[in-house]
Amino acid sequence: MSATMSNANHPLTRDQAKVMSRFDLISRMVRKLHKDEAVIGGIGYTNFDLWAAGRRPQNFYMLGSMGLAAPIALGVAIAQPDRRVIGLEGDGSILMQLGSLATIATRAQKNLVIIILDNGAYQITGGQATATRAGTDIVAMSRGAGIAQSFWAAEEGHFEELIDRAIAEDGPWLIGCRIDTAGPKETTERDPAQIRDRFMRGLGVKK
Amino acid sequence: MPADETSSRAWHEIVRDTLKAHDVRLVTYVPDNVLRPLIEAIHADPFFTAFTATREEEAVGIVSGAWMGGMRGIVLMQTSGFATLPNVLASLPVPFQIPVLMMVSERGTLGEFNIGQAMVARTMRPALDSLGMEHHTLTRLDEVEFIVDRSIRQAVATQQPVCWILSPLLTGGKVFAK
Repeated sequence: MSATMSNANHPLTRDQAKVMSRFDLISRMVRKLHKDEAVIGGIGYTNFDLWAAGRRPQNFYMLGSMGLAAPIALGVAIAQPDRRVIGLEGDGSILMQLGSLATIATRAQKNLVIIILDNGAYQITGGQATATRAGTDIVAMSRGAGIAQSFWAAEEGHFEELIDRAIAEDGPWLIGCRIDTAGPKETTERDPAQIRDRFMRGLGVKK
Repeated sequence: MPADETSSRAWHEIVRDTLKAHDVRLVTYVPDNVLRPLIEAIHADPFFTAFTATREEEAVGIVSGAWMGGMRGIVLMQTSGFATLPNVLASLPVPFQIPVLMMVSERGTLGEFNIGQAMVARTMRPALDSLGMEHHTLTRLDEVEFIVDRSIRQAVATQQPVCWILSPLLTGGKVFAK
């Protein structure tokens, strides 16, 4: 366990976290999923790189409804308490739905993990600055909302340690990752009925 | 069900019982005074998992996720809250074919005292109609069970959301607080 992990009372700030690659982090996360964990991909490049990191029937790819990756993940987690559920969201998106962090904290949803990929930009619309670029700290806000296990990933190895813990130990968890502004590797196929049907079969809800 | 048996229950008891009959276990809501007896009846029954959401669209997201995970749910809200929903309805339950159930306490009509409520209420049915969404206004106690029961069946069978509007004719609505 790294020094940053053992010092939960003095977590990293956004400034101290390394700027990493979105596709690399999502790929590292996907490689750690061995128990059919569900992943909800928020809109934009977050979703595109989740798609590019390898299609899984337990992945749900949103098409619109900006900000709802965490609420959708919470709903799946309530319905399937024995499955670990991950909501993958961007900084601009979570800033639209900060109240959802309070709801998740209030529910104390043990099987839920929220990962925030923060590049300080509304990148898909031209890279306009989000509030995080000026210093708004999503991990600090998450802790303030009541999600005690909210951490910045210091670097790639620390991110993997946090993922290991978050899929094994009781949550809710929120993992903040600073990422660069590289473009996505692929674009998600836009077929909502098929995405939903595959996801429900991936979760064992439909046979 | 015979009329006398139906009429012995209040509207909110009929709604609670009909949700249970269809295994609708998850209830997320933004509170409203007219919905209060239904919310209290649901919280009093351990069959339900019930909690507040901070926004109505958050609640629609939660219920959509739960449906995909195999659990049926409903969102309770007021007219003004419904007015925040067209984007999420058009991008999640309608195109992804998810039968989100919604019940709206109708403000803005039949004795409204707040001009903002009266104006925003006029956007509700045109929004539902332009999204092609099934909706029913509940005005009579003897029709509540039939409409709610049949439209849950239809929502599930056709994989589409449905919205019920609770008219002051049924609930008494909210009158001016002196």
